[in-house]
Amino acid sequence: MIATDTAPETSAIVARRLTRRFGSLLAVNNVNLSIPAARIYGFLGPNGSGKSTTIRLLCGLLEPSAGTVTVLGFDMPDEADELRQNIGYMTQRFSLYEDLSVAENLQFMARIYGLSRTQAKTKIAANVEQYRLGRLFKQRAGTLSGGQKQRLALASVTLHEPRLLLLDEPTSAVDPQSRRDFWDSLFTLAESGTTILVSTHFMDEAERCHRLAILDAGAVVAEGEPQALANDLKASVLEVSTTNPQQAREVLRQIAWVGSVTQLGNRLRVTVSRTRTDAPTEIQATLSDAGIASETRETRANLEDVFVAATARAQQADA
Amino acid sequence: MSWWTRTIAIMVKEVRQLSRDRITFGMIVGIPLLQITLFGYAINTDVRNIGTGVVDLAGSSLSRMLIADIEQTQVVKFVRAYADLTALSDAIRRGDIKLGIYIPSDIERRSGDPQRNVAQLLVDGSDPTISSIAQRIVNMPLPSRAGSANTSAFASQSAAPTFSVRNYFNPERRSAVQIVPALIGVILTLTMVLFTAVAIVRERERGNFELLVTTPVRTVELMVGKIVPYIAIGMVQVSIVLLVGSLLFNVPIRGQVTDLYLASLLFVMASLGLGLTISTVAQSQFQAMQLTFFVFLPSILLSGFMFPFDGMPQAAQWVGSVLPLTHFIELIRGIMLRGAGVLELTTHVYALVAFFCVAMTIAMLRFVKRLD
Ligand SMILES: Nc1ncnc2c1ncn2[C@@H]1O[C@H](COP(=O)(O)OP(=O)(O)OP(=O)(O)O)[C@@H](O)[C@H]1O
Ligand SMILES: [Mg+2]
Repeated sequence: MIATDTAPETSAIVARRLTRRFGSLLAVNNVNLSIPAARIYGFLGPNGSGKSTTIRLLCGLLEPSAGTVTVLGFDMPDEADELRQNIGYMTQRFSLYEDLSVAENLQFMARIYGLSRTQAKTKIAANVEQYRLGRLFKQRAGTLSGGQKQRLALASVTLHEPRLLLLDEPTSAVDPQSRRDFWDSLFTLAESGTTILVSTHFMDEAERCHRLAILDAGAVVAEGEPQALANDLKASVLEVSTTNPQQAREVLRQIAWVGSVTQLGNRLRVTVSRTRTDAPTEIQATLSDAGIASETRETRANLEDVFVAATARAQQADA
Repeated sequence: MSWWTRTIAIMVKEVRQLSRDRITFGMIVGIPLLQITLFGYAINTDVRNIGTGVVDLAGSSLSRMLIADIEQTQVVKFVRAYADLTALSDAIRRGDIKLGIYIPSDIERRSGDPQRNVAQLLVDGSDPTISSIAQRIVNMPLPSRAGSANTSAFASQSAAPTFSVRNYFNPERRSAVQIVPALIGVILTLTMVLFTAVAIVRERERGNFELLVTTPVRTVELMVGKIVPYIAIGMVQVSIVLLVGSLLFNVPIRGQVTDLYLASLLFVMASLGLGLTISTVAQSQFQAMQLTFFVFLPSILLSGFMFPFDGMPQAAQWVGSVLPLTHFIELIRGIMLRGAGVLELTTHVYALVAFFCVAMTIAMLRFVKRLD
């Protein structure tokens, strides 16, 4: 299955003007979403941007203050009961039973999802294999490491082969190797037709999604395919190499047309407005005025630049 | 049949968790044992051996007979003799003794005059049980009143008391016989309500709830799965109390054992329903515990466990008759002590069934499969 822009994609999730308030706080603000089926869709956003709240609204755990949600054709939250057999929700906080063993948790979840004894047995064996839980099978879930817990959680919520997986920061505590394995299994699931919604803080993970939405302060501030988002960035990215990056950083932040400045070792990643074609020479001039020697070259925008630009814009709007 | 699978899954999980929670598991056996020992021995309403002092200014044979008679009741125990009234009242104030008996030197003359008191009884009024004991001693037929001043104490025993008292069902008036059956109810109220009150709140607090409510599990399945293991535990507790009660305190079971367990089952279910309702109201385990005690105290005070139900003010009776413990105490005393059958006590059976149905309905309605 290769996604083409022209092919009409069926949407697994459609949200219209979705809003959720907690008292005076707008946790989710007028969010429109159209999440394609059998794809991996990412939510990227800083802490408190409303990722978890949106996911909870989608699976009927919270009632929206305004707006509508349809998930797999079911209206939420009214038809939440009908939806439940079709989704697997992995919570941000570990929510299996810490006083039960890995095996007992898996057995419990398999039975709760209505698997027969034989179905449960084969499916548990398969997931134990896939998520490398064999050695931990008899261990209490509470004594597992963070990453092991997340592997167990994923193994649990995929037992019934749901059509939709909602994963709230599933890899926040997982080591790089396990994360690669994890994402490989996500792609396998997506290829077999599962829609996957995953929230993350990791840029590399966001880049691997078919599509993603960048959330900030409860609103979707950018949405699209990761590469397209990077290409569409209304800024060019410069890499400034200097011997005094710290001082250079402060100097550059004073310039009005400079978007963001990110230090990477001895280099600075600087976004500037596309209209300033003379930016590289201007920057070098400004820095040498401040007594800092530097070398500037243009580079490709990546998702992190998009993220920084998108979330910075919202913060400026706040101020 | 997936509802069955899910209900069983919840039950199995609940039992597994319970068997790993050593403290809770210990409480299942510990609470009944502790309570029955406490109530059976320590909280004994048969008051005996009250420390008493005496001032005997007469020193006559009559005064000695009087003292001997009082001592025979075993209610008091003479600890010391004091020289005069001041020494006696000082001893009461210091708490050395609870009662003081003062016999004036003219006791012989006083006993001849029915209008006069023979002696004086000094009472430590700060202790409510002592005051009521004192009443018993005051009304005791005194040897000197029965005949002339010089007759022996035996003469008084031929004088008939005003009432001949006959005590049904508990002729020895042992408080254990009255308390142990009702104690089953008190123990079940405490443990059953508390365990289930905490059951759902705990899942909420530990975050399990967020996952559980996005699974296909239904409210009924969750509630039934959580209740059933505790019904079994309740029955175990009933057995413990009955066993200890009959071994240690000789409490009789005059009715049918099956009736007894049936009544206990109904009461356990009513208590579990109450607990579930509490757990849909409470936000934290601590709140669940507070709410449990909020129900537990009136249950103890207004159910007829502590004070006779019929003697309570009308308003207190209304409150009491809403409490399941009230009806259970009626049932269990009837079955165990009076040998009645459940079918003779149907009002209380219906009351418990109704309570269970109402509590479960409220719990189900209140239970929302959402976080807000
Ligand atoms: N139950 C609640 N009551 C009040 N405020 C809440 C509640 N749940 C979330 N919020 C607030 O809503 C906002 C969004 O929270 P949310 O948990 O959705 O963020 P998030 O994007 O998942 O963050 P993180 O990356 O830290 O997990 C936050 O400001 C949070 O404080
Ligand atoms: Mg979150």
